[in-house]
Amino acid sequence: MQHESPLRDPLILGNKSYSDITAEIARPIEGKANKYWYLVFTIAVLTFAWGFGCLAYTLGTGIGQWGANKTVGWAWDITNFVWWIGIGHAGTLISAVLLLFRQKWRMAINRSAEAMTIFAVMCAAIFVTMHTGRPWLDYWLFPHANQFGSLWVNFNSPLMWDVFAVSTYFTVSLVFWYIGLIPDFGAIRDRFKMQAKPMQEKIYRILSFGWSGRAKDWQRFEEVSLVLAGLSTPLVFSVHSIVSMDFATSVLPGWHTTIFPPYFVAGAIFSGFAMVATLLLIMRKVLNLEHYITIQHIEMMNIIITLTGSMVGVAYLSELFISWYSGVEYEGYAFMNRATGPYWWSYWGMMTCNVISPQLFWFKKIRTNLMATFVLSIIVNIGMWFERFVIIVTSLHRDFLPSNWTMYHPTWVEVGIFVGTIGMFFTIFLLFARAFPVIALSELKMIVKSSSEYHKNKRAEKAQAHH
Amino acid sequence: MGHINTNSLTYNFSQKAQRNLWILLGVGIVMLIVGAIMWHAPEHGGHEGHEDHTGTLGQRLWANLLVNGYFFGGISLAALFFYAMQYAAQASWSVVFMRIFAAVTDYLWIGLVVIFVVIVAGDFHLHHLYHWQDSSAYENDHILQHKAPYFNRFFYYGRIILFFLGYIWYQRWIRKSNMLEDSLTNFADATANWNLNLKNAAIFLVFFGFTSSVMSWDVIMSIDVHWYSTLFGWYNFAGWWIGAIVVFNMLVIHLKSRGQMEFVNPSHVHDLGKWMFAVSVLWTYLWFSQFMLIWYSNIPEEVVYYAQRWEDYRGLFWITMLVNFIFPLLVLMSRDSKRNKSFIMFVGMLIFFFHWTDTFLLVMPGTVGANWGIGMIEIGMFLAFLSFFVYWILKSLSKYPIVGKNHALAEEGLHHHI
Repeated sequence: MQHESPLRDPLILGNKSYSDITAEIARPIEGKANKYWYLVFTIAVLTFAWGFGCLAYTLGTGIGQWGANKTVGWAWDITNFVWWIGIGHAGTLISAVLLLFRQKWRMAINRSAEAMTIFAVMCAAIFVTMHTGRPWLDYWLFPHANQFGSLWVNFNSPLMWDVFAVSTYFTVSLVFWYIGLIPDFGAIRDRFKMQAKPMQEKIYRILSFGWSGRAKDWQRFEEVSLVLAGLSTPLVFSVHSIVSMDFATSVLPGWHTTIFPPYFVAGAIFSGFAMVATLLLIMRKVLNLEHYITIQHIEMMNIIITLTGSMVGVAYLSELFISWYSGVEYEGYAFMNRATGPYWWSYWGMMTCNVISPQLFWFKKIRTNLMATFVLSIIVNIGMWFERFVIIVTSLHRDFLPSNWTMYHPTWVEVGIFVGTIGMFFTIFLLFARAFPVIALSELKMIVKSSSEYHKNKRAEKAQAHH
Repeated sequence: MGHINTNSLTYNFSQKAQRNLWILLGVGIVMLIVGAIMWHAPEHGGHEGHEDHTGTLGQRLWANLLVNGYFFGGISLAALFFYAMQYAAQASWSVVFMRIFAAVTDYLWIGLVVIFVVIVAGDFHLHHLYHWQDSSAYENDHILQHKAPYFNRFFYYGRIILFFLGYIWYQRWIRKSNMLEDSLTNFADATANWNLNLKNAAIFLVFFGFTSSVMSWDVIMSIDVHWYSTLFGWYNFAGWWIGAIVVFNMLVIHLKSRGQMEFVNPSHVHDLGKWMFAVSVLWTYLWFSQFMLIWYSNIPEEVVYYAQRWEDYRGLFWITMLVNFIFPLLVLMSRDSKRNKSFIMFVGMLIFFFHWTDTFLLVMPGTVGANWGIGMIEIGMFLAFLSFFVYWILKSLSKYPIVGKNHALAEEGLHHHI
């Protein structure tokens, strides 16, 4: 028997019955969108279109349109790739790792976090496919039969491992997300049937893969979920570890440091949670989900942001110290240059946004304040973008050979592509919020008895009567 | 399930068990002495040109003292971290184990004193474990000269003493605060006590997070004084942590075998087993990250560290990694094995020893180099430390009730079900 301490605050507010939950979460799918949704959606689509234009322009004319040069060969493109991949870490962490820790508060946020993960990885994919220069040959990234040409991939290269890591991550996340959606699609289908809307019913019937809700269905569902959770947990670590190896296996000062794999993973969870917080704060307001995504949920996310932000802080300081302690002149210079060189602003921007700003969450007043959380979550993501820029551009722009020293300036084309991916991300997310149940209905219903305000109050009354 | 039998709340540390541990301690010391007497200088002497201390008996004994001091002290320190983490995370599954965690932290001050004695002895030139303690070493070594301010004795001892006192002070505090529960009579007081512990645990975790890496650099990484690795601190931490988890599992099995802790249900046992699996994988992940990046980049200043282990310690080096990875991974993967005490015992004992050899590999190559061995001296000192460590923990376990009934989350924790 489950027993929940009265010290734990309820996770579902209001006097919700099971059917209330279904009705309230299905409402955005059944009803019409309000004008805010259309406004935001229009902005997102226009931004997306602009980015698409810049992408097409790059495709037609080549990556010479970008600011990267022969010294700074990776710049804006890979910064964005790592930034998006990092954001795509929170979803799997919430759905797999927090599941292992039996954290019930994950139930209200896992669906949208997983969706966000998938959309973020799609945005990341744009940058890696484009940065190769001739994206129509990108199938060369995969090992393929010699009949297609004798080219064979280099298995010794971390860039190759990255192809496998990211594509595996994307596949497993997508499948995990979709499996979770199936019973909820079934519930939506049944509602449309009752409302006699055959067209919608048909769509959700297909999406629900013929879900019947019988015990056998649930049993298989549970088994598959457990296996996928088991597969996803190592993936949370492997993807960003391998992304970090793209840098750390090299001999470049500022890139080659052993703390990179765990530090990248911590940073990815950090930025992923910040992005989830940004999205959910808007979503709970627009879709009236305040009873499900409560202040307590926001507080929990802020605590994880503080924890992972502090881990990243320890890693920054370790790197900085060891760059001096090692006595390696190049390493010392690389860090000196980061802090005081021409890109000093990006280094201090990173330090302020990532290490100092999340410390504000030590104050309960701040971590339970919606506006403060919203602002800080955006600051964190700006900081994490700076982090990747610092790692990539400041390390590259001072080559071993001083005659190669140069500066990197982004062009409007690559800035346009980046802004476009943000537009794409929001476009897909807004569509998702209209067509899919944004909270895992069936999972949430499992904690109604133990963690809803209604049942908690009832238990308290009963205990009172007992004395 | 869910109810505590008040008759079996105290752990009775039997005379027989105490005697057996003293005998084991005696055996360890005798082996150590016999090993020292039988010891003979290695045939291949030192390098020409500079004094070589790697082949002396004193060096070997002190290096062993550091291995055991660091290994058992680290376990106790990680136990303190884990203990604090339960409060900070507001966890309830572990309520039934809190007194076990607490007992392991009671060894902390002894472990830290051993480490401190080893460091101080070096400054009195009783051994040559730390190259940087040798003032003549600085003359022709510009890297060491560069690091001199970091090893300035005021700075060095200042921070080491600050860290150690910080750990010990918190350990005394939380131990006392946790035991205060037993005298509480109502839920409101229990909640207040729990809230205070939660707050202080968070502060301690920050202190621990920032200082534990520096501590591992100062005590261990500085043995190979030219070498550096940013991941070193986290790697060491994972090693302490898995040691602590193994000790917790063993203590629970021991208590249950005596018919105590009947309130610990299969879900509790399962969760403790999960930690053994998870932290083993974490340790392997960090081992691999550090090794692979250094091996791949092949920068001479860095790779020399592994080259030495590869050449002089190859068998031990690989076996240590493989056992500590493969056994927990394969044996503890399934749900049933985490609930089976024989499997937990088997894997636990195996990886406990091979994490000791991991600590051995951290210390020995930089101190005794090729003149190493695992003989009477090593086994004897390990046994002596182990028996004393177990004795001390069981002694402190017998002083308090083995579970805190008035923990604010006790009810939820006793009903833990997964």
